[in-house]
Amino acid sequence: MLADWAVNEFSEAIDTAWALIRSGDPVLVEIVARSLQVSLSAVFCAGLVGLPLGACLALQPFPGRQILLVVLNAAMGLPPVVVGLLLYLLLSRAGPFGFLGLLFSPTAMVLAQTLIVLPIVAALSRQILANLWEEYRESLQSLGASGWQALGTLLWEGRFRLLTVLMAGFGRAMAEVGAVLIVGGNIAHVTRVMTTTIALETSKGNLALALALGLILIVLALVVNGAVFLMQESGKQSVDDN
Amino acid sequence: MTIDPKGQPALPLVFQAVSLQIGSTKRLNDLDFKLVAGPLTVLLGPNGAGKTLLLKLCHGILAPSNGRIFWQSPGTLAPNRQAMVFQRPVMLRRSVVANIAYPLILRGMSRAHRATRVAAVLTQTGLGALARRAARTLSAGEQQRLAIARAWSIEPEILFLDEPTANLDPTATHAIEDLISEIARGGTKVLLATNDLGQAKRLAGEILFLHRGRLLEQTSAQAFFDGPADPAARAFLRGELPW
Repeated sequence: MLADWAVNEFSEAIDTAWALIRSGDPVLVEIVARSLQVSLSAVFCAGLVGLPLGACLALQPFPGRQILLVVLNAAMGLPPVVVGLLLYLLLSRAGPFGFLGLLFSPTAMVLAQTLIVLPIVAALSRQILANLWEEYRESLQSLGASGWQALGTLLWEGRFRLLTVLMAGFGRAMAEVGAVLIVGGNIAHVTRVMTTTIALETSKGNLALALALGLILIVLALVVNGAVFLMQESGKQSVDDN
Repeated sequence: MTIDPKGQPALPLVFQAVSLQIGSTKRLNDLDFKLVAGPLTVLLGPNGAGKTLLLKLCHGILAPSNGRIFWQSPGTLAPNRQAMVFQRPVMLRRSVVANIAYPLILRGMSRAHRATRVAAVLTQTGLGALARRAARTLSAGEQQRLAIARAWSIEPEILFLDEPTANLDPTATHAIEDLISEIARGGTKVLLATNDLGQAKRLAGEILFLHRGRLLEQTSAQAFFDGPADPAARAFLRGELPW
């Protein structure tokens, strides 16, 4: 029966996952660590560029702002495979940035995920900061805040919501497979991450291992988001964030 | 302890033929008056008279379309010697103390000075017990009190208040009025906009009567309530001002 098969497969996967985690399987640890490293680096880079860009779009009118906004919003739904393909063309030996020798390296994967996360961080933080600015503008001006001081205040006042934006970006980075597969190449011990391993093991018919990795990925997402939730709650207790 | 070296006083504040046009509508028309140091001035007028716009012009966050606004002491428009409380004040998502300290931080006041000043403001405004509370969890009356405390923390020479008791119950209104009188008695010039005749009677030393963007009277409170010269003001006092 199909149902029995699924149940068996699932329980076997959980057993496998549990065994892998308990034994601290070095290959598994390596893959999980690389996933986290690549995606966290990507979110960090995307935040470094995306938050100021979002703030700039929210507060500073300049020619072409509307067009940039439309492009950013559209780019939020950019398919990772397409990003991967474009980056592949740029980084491949014959491409304009081929001399950097970045193709099939973790750096290329960080770059790819940064490009995927950046529009999300920029567009969502712009929305948040624009709303805050509308609310605070007159008051901050009246209290004597300069432009930079006002920007600092807005970022601080919106810190919990901006953190949520970064989490959304992290979730997208961790979950995407198309881009890292193309520019990383899924090379064992070099560019293999959780999602690419899942794809590989599934195609090899090693469903238990693939499912086990999938479960770990889901648990990781839950843990990270739970931590952010707790952080926000403790923040709200001291300073109501409504 | 002052934030600004106070040389000559900033007041009087002078309006010369000031008009304000928003879009194609003239909202304020040919205002000519002088605001001098002294007892509290109430800017009285019905809804839509232009009171808020006039306060924002005084405060410097709006610029007139025509005419001139100037202080006796130049440089006062740098916001250090005057402050404003809006009708719906925006509380920062921080504690009461942090809200009061905020304008002082913006002005680069040292931590030690700040602590002394914040403590003094807390005592004077009766917010001591709420010091550590998140500002946004306060009641409307408490928030209004905090907004006044925050504006007052920089020791402004003149304070603009826009309908500070508009949405408050009688008890809270009374408490805010007491605080305002105390600030005015302490030597800070207060210009308070309201459409509440009772409040004007209780607080005003001087009345500016604004109607449809025109300043129809500037006179002592006593003279105004004894019988204003202007027919619109008389109608307003009787509660039958045609719009």
